[in-house]
Amino acid sequence: MSHAFLLLLPLASFAVCGLFLRRAHARAAAVSTASALAGAAWAAWLAWTKAEPGAGALWLDAGGFTVAFRMEWDALARLMTVVVTWVGAAIHVYSWGYMRGDPGIGRFYGFLSLFMFSMLGIVLAGNLVMMFLFWELVGLSSYLLIGFWYERASAADAGKKAFLVNKLGDFGFLLGILVVWLALGSVDFLDLQARAPSFAEKLAASPIGFLPLGGVALLLFCGAVGKSAQFPLHVWLPDAMEGPTPVSALIHAATMVAAGVYMLCRLFFLFALSPGALEVIAWTGGVTALLSALWAVAQDDIKRILAYSTLSQLGYMVMAVGLASPQAAMFHLSTHAAFKALLFLAAGSVIVALHHEQDIWKMGGLGRRMRWTAGAFLVGMFALCGVPFFAGAASKDAILLVALRENRALFALGAFTAVLTSFYMGRLFVAAFLGRARGESAARAAENGWVMRGPLLLLAAFSFAFAWREGWARACLSTLAGGAPEHVPAAAHLFFFALPFFGLFGAWAFYRGEETDALGRWFPALRRLLASKFRFDELYLWLVHGVQDRFAALLRGVDHWAIDGVGVKGLSLAALCLGNVLRCFHSGSLQFYAFLLAAAAAATLIFGVLR
Amino acid sequence: MESVGLNHWLVVSAMLFGIGVAGVILRRNALVVFMSLEIMLNAANLALVAFARHGGGLDGQVFVFFVITVAAAEVAVGLAILVALFRLRGTVRVSEIAALKL
Repeated sequence: MSHAFLLLLPLASFAVCGLFLRRAHARAAAVSTASALAGAAWAAWLAWTKAEPGAGALWLDAGGFTVAFRMEWDALARLMTVVVTWVGAAIHVYSWGYMRGDPGIGRFYGFLSLFMFSMLGIVLAGNLVMMFLFWELVGLSSYLLIGFWYERASAADAGKKAFLVNKLGDFGFLLGILVVWLALGSVDFLDLQARAPSFAEKLAASPIGFLPLGGVALLLFCGAVGKSAQFPLHVWLPDAMEGPTPVSALIHAATMVAAGVYMLCRLFFLFALSPGALEVIAWTGGVTALLSALWAVAQDDIKRILAYSTLSQLGYMVMAVGLASPQAAMFHLSTHAAFKALLFLAAGSVIVALHHEQDIWKMGGLGRRMRWTAGAFLVGMFALCGVPFFAGAASKDAILLVALRENRALFALGAFTAVLTSFYMGRLFVAAFLGRARGESAARAAENGWVMRGPLLLLAAFSFAFAWREGWARACLSTLAGGAPEHVPAAAHLFFFALPFFGLFGAWAFYRGEETDALGRWFPALRRLLASKFRFDELYLWLVHGVQDRFAALLRGVDHWAIDGVGVKGLSLAALCLGNVLRCFHSGSLQFYAFLLAAAAAATLIFGVLR
Repeated sequence: MESVGLNHWLVVSAMLFGIGVAGVILRRNALVVFMSLEIMLNAANLALVAFARHGGGLDGQVFVFFVITVAAAEVAVGLAILVALFRLRGTVRVSEIAALKL
């Protein structure tokens, strides 16, 4: 079980940091970072040798329900493990610089290790129960890290919001797991895959036969909607930016939010059974991608722009799964993990240099003062926009090509989103890194030390296309369904080549030399509309306060007056009154008893004998 | 003139019983209550004898002897209790003795 070390390392680190090193900051950081680096090296070695994990041990056995502690180490798990451990290791190192001087470093690194443990658990899980267990653990560590600066009310609230919104999705996921188990009688991925062809008959014969196949798929999809922050449940991710920036990079950009996509790919054999469900998944992803790209255009906070961009890219991945191409989804997931972590770390570097200033309109001119950071950001930005020779180009083009083949409407939507992506990223770059400094802190910004620059360089290297050479990517992903078309017309190539430049040049022309948001000056109504994020937060707040709270008050009234009042208190009051009446007869006087006796005898005579 | 029959005896018995019940319920002195109790017993005795005479058997009359014997024993016990009660409480007024409750 040499694969178990991948899980045990961060778990041990979490235990040591949490139990002994909460106040010993430097040592906690060293332990946690060492475990992350060792995990990254070990994962790379296991992936390289393709070592087989053991058969797994029996973990739970209750009646007909058995769960084994089994680890998956197929191509999908190998790729994801390497991505998680390497990005994680880079961010552990980076956090030394970002979190310097914070009074809670011991706690921070403990939680970070807990997160690594839970995330790797999801990736390595060999059955649905294990996956769900770690799925919840990931939700917990995300909650702990978003609310890391819990003295700030907004951070505590954001943590709570993320946790609750995720629970909503997890509930559907849990129901889906139960249905799958009821129908197929197993939760192990290998068993499920073997029995999947007969899923429809077995589902119809099971106690929940009224449920259509697509319904089961959509229940499972609920989990991904929550975790990957897809359209109806997208509201938690932008607020999650209240956490420290390394956390945003690791959890809310590169790995955890990708867990939903990973789950979709892992269970794709189930989703593939229902074309209707795939259609819903594809459109959910497409709508998320478009809407969040629109909202990103009107954001001023550097981290929030990146958060909406993450939403948008996750939408691409979900769309790819919905278009029956988990291969393209996983490819984009991997490259996205590298360049989005890079973007967040570069943004964090800016934030540290500017003493926690996050408004891009108070930055400006940073390109000259922070050359390394600006260079890294530029690389990440080109990768995100899909500029040729950068990693994002290959993976995003793969998704768009699949869309072109499967669904023209989604292709148009995806292509438009790609232009928007490069537009809002160009806006961010022009406002923050070009022009002149518009704030006190921006004018005195200076480059950060090597502990922050090193991880930037590593991730920047991964953001170049050569790191994802065709051969490697294909070898990693060949076992997944839905490859991109082999023969691509030259016109499509030209189109993809030009796509990012529309947005980038548009942003440069529109925002160059601006002091405030030009969109607000030229089209104030449009900016207000986009900045309102279409009022989803307000809608959900109304649902909670206006509908749910009132319903709860109604139920409380029923409970208080009907059940407690009449049912419980009424009965006790009746017994009390009866007792008080009967007490009058119990006087203790012999003569009174004799009278009652005589009266009763007389009554018996009169009513019983004489009548 | 009509001879004295069963019904006449039973009416007398019932009247005696009623007087006894009234005495037990209404009188305050425990000794008088006791005496009223004896009247009730004797009302029953009278009814038994009347039925025995009417039926022609001796069973009822024998039974009355037993009742008189038991009543004598009961009086002995009852008077002893009354004496003990008077020594304890200094009174035999029934209304002042309400000890038959928890």
